[in-house]
This record gives sequence, structure tokens and C-alpha cells, in this order.
Amino acid sequence: MKPAPFAYEKPGTMAELFGLLAEHGADAAILAGGQSLMATMNMRLSAPEILVDINGLKELSGISVSADKLSIGALTRHCDVASSEDVAARVPLIHLAMPYVAHAAIRNRGTFGGSVALADPASEIPACMVCLDGEIEITGAMGVRRVPAATYFKGLYETDLHEGEIVTAVHVPVLGNGERHAFDEITRRHGDYAMAGLAASASVSGTTLSNVRLAYFGVAGTPVLAIKAGAALEGTINDACISAAQNALDSDLDPFDDIGCSAATKVHLAKVLLDRVVRRLVAVN
Amino acid sequence: MDKAVQISMSVNSEAVNRTVEPRQSLADFIRNELELTGTHVGCEHGVCGACTVRLDGQIVRGCLTLAVQADGCTVETIEGLTESGEIADLQNAFVTRNAAQCGFCTPGMLLTAAELLVADPGASREEIRKHISGNYCRCTGYQAVVDAIESTARSRLGEAS
Amino acid sequence: MSGLTIHDRPNSYIGRSVSRPNIRRLVEGKGRFTDDMSLPRMLFAAFLRSPYAHAEIVTIDTSAAEAAPGVVRVVTGKEMADVCSPWVGVLTHLEGLKSQPQYALPIEKATWQGEAVVAVVAETRAQAEDAVELVEVEWNELPVVADMEMALDEATHVIHSDLGDNLAWQREFATDGIDAVFEAADQVVEETFHFGRHTGVTLEARSILSDYDSSEEQLTVYLATQTPHMMQTLFAKHMGLEDHRVRVISGDVGGAFGIKVHSYADEYATVALSIMLKRPVKFIADRLESFTNDIHARDHRITARMAVSQDGEIQAIDYDDVTGVGPYSVYPRTSGIEANQVVNMTGAQYACPNYRARTNVVFQNKTPMCQYRAVGHPILTALTEGLVDKAADAIGMDPVDIRRKNLLPDDGYPCKSPTGMLFEQLSHQESLEKIVQMMDYETLRKEQAVLRDQGVYRGIGIATFIEVTNPSAMFYGIGGAPISAQDGATIRLDAKGNIIVQTGVTEQGQGTEAVIAQVAATALGVTMDKIKVLTGDTDITPYGGGTWASRAAGVGGEAAAQAGHALRQRILEVAAIMLQADAATLDIQENVIVDVADGRERISLAEVGRVAYYRPDTLPKDFQSELMVTRHYVPKDYPFAFTNGVQASYLEVDPATGIVTLLNHWVVEDCGTVINPQLVDEQIRGGVVQGIGGALYEECLYSPEGQLLNGNMADYLVPMAGEMPDIQVAHVESRTADSELGAKGAGEAGTAGAPGAIMNAINDALKPLNARVTRQPFTPERILQALKTV
Repeated sequence: MKPAPFAYEKPGTMAELFGLLAEHGADAAILAGGQSLMATMNMRLSAPEILVDINGLKELSGISVSADKLSIGALTRHCDVASSEDVAARVPLIHLAMPYVAHAAIRNRGTFGGSVALADPASEIPACMVCLDGEIEITGAMGVRRVPAATYFKGLYETDLHEGEIVTAVHVPVLGNGERHAFDEITRRHGDYAMAGLAASASVSGTTLSNVRLAYFGVAGTPVLAIKAGAALEGTINDACISAAQNALDSDLDPFDDIGCSAATKVHLAKVLLDRVVRRLVAVN
Repeated sequence: MDKAVQISMSVNSEAVNRTVEPRQSLADFIRNELELTGTHVGCEHGVCGACTVRLDGQIVRGCLTLAVQADGCTVETIEGLTESGEIADLQNAFVTRNAAQCGFCTPGMLLTAAELLVADPGASREEIRKHISGNYCRCTGYQAVVDAIESTARSRLGEAS
Repeated sequence: MSGLTIHDRPNSYIGRSVSRPNIRRLVEGKGRFTDDMSLPRMLFAAFLRSPYAHAEIVTIDTSAAEAAPGVVRVVTGKEMADVCSPWVGVLTHLEGLKSQPQYALPIEKATWQGEAVVAVVAETRAQAEDAVELVEVEWNELPVVADMEMALDEATHVIHSDLGDNLAWQREFATDGIDAVFEAADQVVEETFHFGRHTGVTLEARSILSDYDSSEEQLTVYLATQTPHMMQTLFAKHMGLEDHRVRVISGDVGGAFGIKVHSYADEYATVALSIMLKRPVKFIADRLESFTNDIHARDHRITARMAVSQDGEIQAIDYDDVTGVGPYSVYPRTSGIEANQVVNMTGAQYACPNYRARTNVVFQNKTPMCQYRAVGHPILTALTEGLVDKAADAIGMDPVDIRRKNLLPDDGYPCKSPTGMLFEQLSHQESLEKIVQMMDYETLRKEQAVLRDQGVYRGIGIATFIEVTNPSAMFYGIGGAPISAQDGATIRLDAKGNIIVQTGVTEQGQGTEAVIAQVAATALGVTMDKIKVLTGDTDITPYGGGTWASRAAGVGGEAAAQAGHALRQRILEVAAIMLQADAATLDIQENVIVDVADGRERISLAEVGRVAYYRPDTLPKDFQSELMVTRHYVPKDYPFAFTNGVQASYLEVDPATGIVTLLNHWVVEDCGTVINPQLVDEQIRGGVVQGIGGALYEECLYSPEGQLLNGNMADYLVPMAGEMPDIQVAHVESRTADSELGAKGAGEAGTAGAPGAIMNAINDALKPLNARVTRQPFTPERILQALKTV
């Protein structure tokens, strides 16, 4: 199917962008990588009256590192995040997750900010943001605000992004001393949306974990930080505490059924992932 | 609302100027306006990879990219890559190995493979399989395609060393 | 030298892996697919499709759509029926099969979600789609028959009240005394198998461009089809035209697999629209339309049992099948054939005389089902081989040993199956021994045992199979369908010594044109570069059936062989006059007329062509050269050329996730003469992967309301490169004596055997965990459920 007709604007400055957003309000949609938006428009599941193409706003692209933060511009392509040495060295979690994001041609075009703005519940990047306790930088005509990932993702495709605002960057803490990351997901085919996935970080000392953060995706409308399971893993890792953490997932998670994967299966797979990912965290490199 | 937009770009090294509806995809633009029908449309949802083209040197889904977004860009299609001879070795390997059956996925598959051959000519079979996994082929079962890409990669490595 | 068969020709191309002459354009992006065609004043069709699985059409308001930009015409079912007559998808040899008249656009009600109801024609496809959104239909929802198991219940709504019930067809077959065999058996194993409804997902969607020239009453239809002549006849019949006023042209076809062997309502509608408007109209199904309109297949529930003696003799097979085929039997091949194949061939590779089969083919409000690659075989093979493995397990016998004991012996042909299927020569035993060697079965079993002790669950699955190919008129023609069982080839020498072959069989990527060229080149004695093959045009090719049921090489190839022989003889007659020699002392080798005795080169083919066409005055007055020959062929001695083979799968199941990793896959296949080993192997590999698709991924999932839940490429999973194994292929060659060429079909064997092999391998892996799966596709969730993990 072809998309319903729409107008197209490509602002050259942020001011122009916000002018357009103010003028068109809810009738406008932001076109970044377009890898999800165009697919839904090609099914006529969405029909914005105007597309505002932000690909001309070069200031939204790029990766920068400071002493304690790594920032990724919203328009940075997945492929550039995947190949970034800074990301690999300073925020390994994102580096680990990138190969799981769709396929090569999609990664060449799709943007990091686009994934954050869309907030697909089965997407890897929102879960990484929650796991890392990152911040979403949102810019509107009134200025810039930063929202913690934990409160930014509000529901199924629902975020703290308001009309007239766009995601301009994300900021995540760089790897701390002794901190490790691990990532895994279970899909039927490479590149598919996960039946369940897990982004994890912890401070590791030998076989002892602290500050454990387990962010699941594909199991609810938003990424889910498994707080009780994380708490159960604080301390020396052994079969008993892994088992306790797995049991805690029964209360941490309340998944939905999706096509071909029931809620019960998702909880089970989440437990399997916990075991695998935690053992990876404490594995001697 | 949906007024036509004037665009210009380089397609297979030729300057192109057209006026298009914003809603026209790059794939439809290439096929319908430029009559370069080697780029195929298989799903229009970014899943099958048949519409793969190069935009500023990188492979993209032609169905998920608007023609207006290619304004000022360099676009290359299977016709351009054939003309330049850039992937002649890969195309020969596809012929020899019968890595195309119906041929509908083939242009997209070739463009995707070409990117891997440049980025990582030492790729293992498993890596080749992973790289082309965004391109559906319903005929071959993939083995012949992997063979053809692998043999091209090996001969390029051989020539380089 | 005319006594030599095609297998003894010098410089033979039979058995050689030559490259396909038509592949170069495909790799250079110069294919000519239907959507690549563009005609002056061409319009585009789009359809309003039913959002409901079953609903009465109360009113249709097209006024807003008619006023929309670019719109040329909006047509409803009533208007459409004035141009295109309805059809009924029945065949007389499937006795009792019934169906309701089906219209290009329904008039009273829609009977599946996605059925085309209103057609819009506009200057662009986008404009046509815009206007579709403006058509207003008032619907009255009707009770939906979704679950095939309930279709025959008293309380269930009858979809077509004229038919009385939802039973499309029923067949029962039983040998005498079968109940007593079961009662007396040492062991009886039982199992229920579910086969998921799936669809073909050709990468090129169904595509049609229809052009009507009223001045000549000439309809030209560019169509992505496997069967140009059948479609010519059907379009003529339902548009009220004579056949010769209809030309169907099929250029490159982007995958078919049986999807493009049927006639579709929206394609008739497109043709009718071009007649109404006297302008070219193009319709390219989009992917969402493909999922709800391309035929579906394989939706069966089969409850089965097998009797086996303690020493491993398979004594009886009995099953009960129900299959839901949608609201209409598909025209003209009908929706009874799949179930009929299962009845005809279940267990037929085994020397088991006692057999009973019952099948109920029922109507329901889902996309119509019909024949798709390997029609019925993936079902009957999995059913048979699943029972055999279970029987072997019950008596503690190795799966290879029980097959050795029961497979038809290679020296016992010809023979008949209990249902009367006539087997000319098969090679089950040799094929089994070959695969056992190829896979190094014993070593694999040892490796499996070692790994099991380490908590790694690997399985070995074997599936033997038979496959029907090269059908005679017994398949369709006998039941009244306008489907040609014979096929023809016309071959001519041009004035420069080149050869043009026109054939009624068609190309969808299998390599039909290569194989026809190889056969013709061999029969004639010319090199491949001298040959051009023309296919897919009813105005220029001999009348034929096209390509389906693995018939192109076996039937079309034989016609080409005979035409090639005949043309060679004609050429030699001209050469003999020119050389004042006896034609019997001459032959053609590599484009040159040679002396048979010593191979001495005499004159070139080009010289023969020159004289025959430009200087006939130098030939005797009483001689007329005839350098164009047509020959036809249809299998006569056997209704079908059965092939056989065996597949084996080695895989690993992760009991924690239910994920299956395919490690290796082997195939031994016997398609008789292998004309082009590379092309045959690639048919097998591609077929295996389609079979794996059904076994592991593919299923059309419906809601209880009859809504297709995963009708898009992202949610309907087909095999991708990353998960597929490399596949080892080998052959046994039992030629059919029905033709000189001896070739049987090879296009479907891969799909026929793969699901059974995968199922048996998964169950072998799960055996120590006391779990079994029999519901395809074997998703991670279903495996976890079998393990009672979830």
C-alpha cells in the first residue's frame, strides 16, 4: 500500500523545526530514520498530515564523551552507534545490544533517538536506557529538559514526549569501576523482535554483585526494571540466589501475550535470560 | 497540503531532476519515474529487502525512504553497480553458483552482499548468513547465495594478499 | 545415427551443470517482471476488501470515491457480474465435491476477511487507494465459521445455505479387515498431528496488467502465472471471449510455488475492468492483500494410528483427517486435491497392505486453501514417518532398521499401493542406505549419546517419501478442468544456424529454460549458446500446461527431446542433399554436420540454414525443407511418475528456551534422469527450506472472529539465512521408461520430506525428556509446553 498523502517539510534550523511543530501540532510527525514510521504509513495505520524531516539538523547527530557521561545525538544512526569505539569502551551495554537491532540496511538508516521516541516495547534500546539509568534529552520551543529513562517510558508506545517536543539526545553514565554489562534476547529468527530480552548491569567483584540492574524488554508495554530480582542478586552469586531472583520475576513482571508467545512463556524466558546474563556478568573474562 | 516537491540527485552517476509527491518512496521513484526496474518492491514494510538501494554509499530500504529524502544525495541501484563493474565478480559468482532462481530478491541481495564484501571480506559463512538475513529469498534456501558471496570474498582476499 | 537415444548423444548436455541462459539478466537487474511493464494510458486498480470474515453487503456508496482525484471508475459486484461470469471450483472425479458459485466481486456477502468487494480504478495506485478509503459499505455481520473442527456441528452456521452444510467433500478408503489387524497387533501407536495453515509468500506478489483492444476484440494479459494457457482459457470463458482473442504473457515470475497456478477473483476483476474501460489496468497485490488472498495450504488435523508387530513389521495404518479450505473450493484445481493426495499416498512407501483413510474437507470463513508446493506430501510424509518413529520406539527398534524392514524392496516393481497408485520403479532401499552413509548415521548416534550425557539434546530425524510428478490427465483433465496434461515444443533452425525453441512449460526460476535448452541442444547436437528458448506467451508457444506438479523437465523436456530429434533428422536430410550423402551417415556435433563414421566435419549448420532459406533453388524441385518441427508429449504408461527419496535432519533443541538449531540436513532423491545436477540440487535445497518454514516458523494465525492476526511479513515468519543449515544432496537415478529422457520431477521433493524429518529429529532430541511435539510449526512455545515448562 502507498501512504496517504502528506506534506513534507525539512527544517534547516531548530527554530524552524519548532515553528513547524507549533504550527501543525498533532497533525505533524517527525521523520528521522523512518524505519518504523514509514512502515506504518505504508500500511495506512498512521496518516500524519505533514512529515517534518529532521535529517537536515546535523547538530542532532554524533556521539560525545565526557568524564562520566556518554551522549548520543538523536539522529545518530544505529550503524554509527554500533561501530563507535567510544560506545564499545565506555558503555558496553549499548555496543552489545546493537547487533540485535534489526538488519544491516535498517541500522544504516534507523536512528538511536528514533527508537527512544517510538518506544517499541520489544525494542532493545529503551531497555538499555532504563538499565543504564540514562536520561532522555527532550527539546521543545520552551527549551531543553532531561527526563530519566525510568519515567520517560510511560506505556505502550507512550512516552513523556509532549506535542511540539522532540528527543534531541540521550545521555548515559559511562562504565564505572568494576561495573559490567551483559545483554541477551531470545528471538525465533536473527533480527526479529524479541520474545523476551534482558539488558543488565552490575558492579562486579569476583563472584559478588552489587547495584544490579535488570531491564527486561518484550515483556510489557515499556521496559521493566526487575527490582526484586535485582535485589535478590546482590551478594555472592550462586545457584540459590539465581533461583531466588528467578522466582522474584514472578512479581516483577506482568507480561502480555503476543502472537505466538504467551505471557507464561515470556516469564519463563525471562528467567532463562536472568540465569544466562547473570552468569555472564560474573564470568571471568 | 501534499504539494509536489522539486528534487535533484545523482542516480547511478547521472544528474536527475524531478518533481515528486512527498509520499512517493525512493523505490517507487526509481522504478516509476526513472524506469530503473531492477529495484524491486516486495513488501513495502522494510522486511524483505528486495528494494535495497545505496543512498550516499550505504544500503537502505528503498520502501522506507522517501524520494524527497534523497534530494541532494547520491543513489546507486543494481543498474549502476552493473554498469560500473563494481560487483562483476559477485554477479559472476551468482551466475556460476546459480545463486538466483526467480531473481526477484537478487538485486537487493547483491547490494547487501556488496556492502559486506567491502566491510569484511574475511567474513565467515555464519557472518555472511547473519548479514544477509534482512534479505528474504524464497527460492534458493540461501546456501547457494552464501556460497557465491563466500567464494567472491575469498577470491578478493586472495587478490589483495 | 538416429537410433541413438538422447542419453547416447555425443557432446551431451544431459547430466551437466550448465548455467542458466536467463540468469544473467536477473543478476543485472534486467529481469522483466509484470510490474516492470508499463503501457500507454495505463490505469491502476485497488480493492476495498472485507474487514469481516463473514458479512452481508447491505449497501455500497461509491459517490465520494468516484469524485476523488484521479479516479476513473468504481465498480461493485453487480456491475462486475455483467462482464465476468461466476465459476464453481469442482472436478467431477472428486465425486461429491461441492462449492458455491464465486464472483469476481461478491454481490451479496463477503465470506473471508480480505475478500475484494469493490474495485477502484485510478490514474495511480496511490489515488486508487485514497479512493478506496472513501467507499462506504454498510455491513451486516454474520456468524463466523472459523474453527474447522466445528464446521460440521449442527449448531454451526452454514456459510452457503444453498449447499445445505459446510461439508465440501468427503472421502473414505478402506481395505478389507483392517479392524481385525489392529485388534490382533502386538503394538498400536496413536498420534494426533496438526499442520499449521500457511501460505507461499512469493517475493513478487501476484501481478497482472490487462489490456483490451476493442478494435480487434483482443485481450492481452501480462500475468505472473505458472499456467498461461489455462489462464487464457479461463479469462476467455468468463469474459465471454473466444480463446484466440486472449493472449496471456508471463514474463519473469518472482517465485510461484503453486501460489501462481490458480485463478484469483481480483485478477478476473482486473481483466474485466480493462474490458469495461478499454484501457490497460494494472493490479499488483500489496503484501497485506497477498496474505489474505494468495491461497493458503496445509491446515489439517489428523488423528492416526499404526499397527506394528514386535519384530517390526508395519501392519496397518488408519487415520482420520479434517481440513478447512475457506469459503469456496478454489477454481479450477479445487480445494479437494490436497486431502485427496493424503488419502492416496499415506504410507505408500511401505509394504503395508492394510489401510484406512477418512477425510472431511470443510468450508470456513478464512482465506481459500488450495495446492501449494508439494501438495499434501508434507502432511502425509510427516504423518507416516511420525507414526513409523513412534512404532519403532514402541518396539525398541532403531528408526533406520524399521524402515529397512518395511520400505518397498527396490526389486519389487512395478507395484501398486493399497489405494491403487502405480509405481514404476522406485529406490527406497538404495536411497536409505545412501543417506545412512552420507550422514554417517552410526557416528552421529554415538555423538548424540555422548552429548546427551552432557545435557545437550540433539536429535536425528529421518523421513522417507514418495512424490507425485509428471501427471497425466488423471490429475485434472479427467475431472473437467481446462488444464493441459500434454505439452509441446516447437524447434526451428534459423538461417544462421541458431535454434529457437518455443515451449509450453514455463519458467519461475527453477531453470526450465536451461533444461529445455540442454535437452534441445543434446538432441540436435548444437552448443548451448546457439539456443534461445521462448516461454510464457500463449500466442507463440505450443499449447501446454505450464509448470506445476514437477512436470516441466519430465513432460516439457521430453517434448523438446522429440522435437529436437525430428529437427535434426530434417536438417540432416537437407545436408545429405547438399553433400550428396546418405542422411544416415551424417550427424550434427557442435553445430557442424559430421560423418558419423569418423567425425569428419562436413558443413556448418549455418550453411544448411543459408541454403535452405536463401538458396532453395539449389535444392531439388521435389524437395521442400521443413526446418521447424513441433512435438508433443504426455505420459501414457503411468498416470503419474512417482519419485522417491529420503531426508535426514540433525538438530539441537534447547530445552530451556524451546529454540531449535538446525545443524545439518541431508537429502537423497531419485528424480530419474538428472538433466542439470546443479539446478536439481538447488530445487531440492530451496524446497527443503520451504519445508523447514512450515515445520518451524510459518503459520497463518486467526482470531476466533476469523481475522488473520499475522498477515504481514514482519509477523508471519519465513526462513531467513541466519537459521538455515547447509544441505547435502545426493541422487539415485531410476529413469522412467515412459519417456526417452527418463526424467521425473524434482521441484517439490525437498518440501515433501523436510517437515517430517524435522519433526522426528525434534522428538528424538526430546525423547529423554519425555516430551513430543506433533503440532506444526514447532515453535519454542509449543516445545516448552510439551516439556511442561510452561
